Amino acid sequence: MPTSTPEALNTLSAGLILISAFAMVATRQVQGVVRFFVIQSLLLAASSFLLGYGRNSVHLWALGAITIAAKVVTIPWVLRRLLPGEFYERREISQAVNIPSSLLLALLLTVAAEFLTGPLAMAARDPVVRVNLPIGLAGVLIGAYSLIARREAIPQLIGILAMENGAFFAGIAIAPELPLIAELAVALDVILIAVVVGLLTRNIRQTIGTTEAGALSELKEDPAAWL
Amino acid sequence: MALIAILAIPLLAALLGWVPPLRRVAWGITVASTSTVFALAAYVSAEVIANKRVIGAPGWFEADGLSALMLVLVSFVVALASVFAGGYMRHGEHQASRLWWFYSNYNLLAFALLAVPSLAESNLVWVAVELITLFSVLLVGFDNTAGALEAAWKFAVLTMMGAPIALFGFFTLFWAYHSATGGSWETWEGLRTAASSMDPNLLKLSFLLVFVGFGAKSGLAPMHTWLPDAHSQAPTPVCAVLSGVKTTVPLYVILRFLSIVLASPVARLGNWMIVLGLISVGIAAFLLLQVRDYKRMFAYSTVEHMGVILIAAGMATQASDFGAVSQMLNHAITKSLCFYVAGVILLILGTREIQSVRGLFRTSPFAGSMLVLCSLAIAGAPPFPIFLSEFSILSAGMRAGQYTVVAILATLIVIAFVAIMLHVNGMVFGKPAAPRLTEALPASCRFAVLVAAAPVVLLGVYIPAPVHNLLQLAAQQLGGR
Repeated sequence: MPTSTPEALNTLSAGLILISAFAMVATRQVQGVVRFFVIQSLLLAASSFLLGYGRNSVHLWALGAITIAAKVVTIPWVLRRLLPGEFYERREISQAVNIPSSLLLALLLTVAAEFLTGPLAMAARDPVVRVNLPIGLAGVLIGAYSLIARREAIPQLIGILAMENGAFFAGIAIAPELPLIAELAVALDVILIAVVVGLLTRNIRQTIGTTEAGALSELKEDPAAWL
Repeated sequence: MALIAILAIPLLAALLGWVPPLRRVAWGITVASTSTVFALAAYVSAEVIANKRVIGAPGWFEADGLSALMLVLVSFVVALASVFAGGYMRHGEHQASRLWWFYSNYNLLAFALLAVPSLAESNLVWVAVELITLFSVLLVGFDNTAGALEAAWKFAVLTMMGAPIALFGFFTLFWAYHSATGGSWETWEGLRTAASSMDPNLLKLSFLLVFVGFGAKSGLAPMHTWLPDAHSQAPTPVCAVLSGVKTTVPLYVILRFLSIVLASPVARLGNWMIVLGLISVGIAAFLLLQVRDYKRMFAYSTVEHMGVILIAAGMATQASDFGAVSQMLNHAITKSLCFYVAGVILLILGTREIQSVRGLFRTSPFAGSMLVLCSLAIAGAPPFPIFLSEFSILSAGMRAGQYTVVAILATLIVIAFVAIMLHVNGMVFGKPAAPRLTEALPASCRFAVLVAAAPVVLLGVYIPAPVHNLLQLAAQQLGGR
């Protein structure tokens, strides 16, 4: 069980991160998805500040700061700037699975994550790892699921970033001394997302008239050829 | 020094492309930079063959046999594809005013592809692989048509989705390494030496996560769906790079992780790789039968070859490792040739549909004969190099006692062979779809096709001693027994 105050607060933040992952699955509008993503990123930053304070690690402080700069400030700003139409649109995101079933699946994924990492986390004997590892993996899995189930550009990108939040949440517990990769990875994300969103989504809308990724279905083998 | 120069030259060339007066000569700059890089990579491999280790910056950039092989492959394909681009990109519907941007991006992609094998520090490899994704997405969508954008979007989403999963794997590996040794500086070599004291469960978990994450990037089934789209829609020189080496570079990282797992006395994962490899080969073989676009045909054949390499590495004997690295070499040279030929056909006929290409021999004897040559080579007919490496993988499997695997693999390879030859037969023979070509093909395209064909023909009958030595050094790094 958590012993110090930072660790106890980290556990609280872990719970809230999981809830925000569920909230992203349950939301019906683009704006809502982005909002919950921002909350999740803030919680991730809070956790890394807490652990950085508890363990005296400069890397974790840097990671927290970069997370706020990139995921809380820059990425939502880029999305709002480049795609105002999609961002503020008040209509339901088209998805392959309806929301109640999605939530049920997300719950199953959480249980699976707990089940998969349980033995490893127990062997680690570190209370923070025991909390962060299963929740981090659950974040990755739920993010991957929402990426597959949603068929629109912004929710798909946010899905990728939410997966990454999950990976980082586990990472700050299991690899806090890891230099370079974490900081570079977040910085790289901002560039990736800005470029991909900026160049592709705008062009896709100009050429095809929608950013509904489900409408992108020109390229595939003819199913009739199988018969 | 040579290693640093290999990375610095493409970066410099990309920067030069942005200078307005130099934009007109962007192609010249790219060809000069990529061919210099190829010469340097050849020099690095010569050094590696002589002393087994080349150091650019200790702990950061180092090259052993496997890295040297990858450097040579990447730089060869990148150099020749840039020559091909000269004639190809001037024709067709590409916007001439944006060509400098294309070449600048192309150099950046070359940089990222070369960075992965030259890095000894394992965590930066993840960053380099992400850079590959970024620059290749931009190149795939370069044409701005509906199809190109759809392909680029699928490519971006599917391959970027692999990144966080692989990142989780890198974190787990660091966890295993740090708790076993207390160190926090990872190099491939250091990881392998420490592997025996690491927790085998953590090693397995990290391998599987990296396998899933980067497997998507190297086009392994069932995450292969981006690959045929990207390879059919991207400008042809980019296809050659994507199919020839962009797929093997993430696979190289997977193989590095596998060698760490193999260095541990307890963790075993060979069967996973064999099963997943067979799934890739199987899906590719059956999709090859019903494909209708010849660039997609070559793309599915890439999925097949990635599966074969995976199976060979999964068997983890010395002989099968040698087969795996030879397959990587042969795939790179043959598949890039295939895409140059496909590009030439696209220039002549302006269609990607197999149905609409008929009697190519009559229309253009050059393109027709080259198509026959490259498809025989890519499908694995003797005496071409892919036949040799696939045969050596199958015989290594027999010696390792994997009879079922060998039987299934051989059947699937034969199905893929028949599928490719059926399509090509229709394209080359019969009543010509277009009259005999009167104007000559761009000289740079002809040159690239002929130069690319030379090693494909040569390596099937004679493997020079340096190439053989390099392959052996590379195979040793895979850690099979």
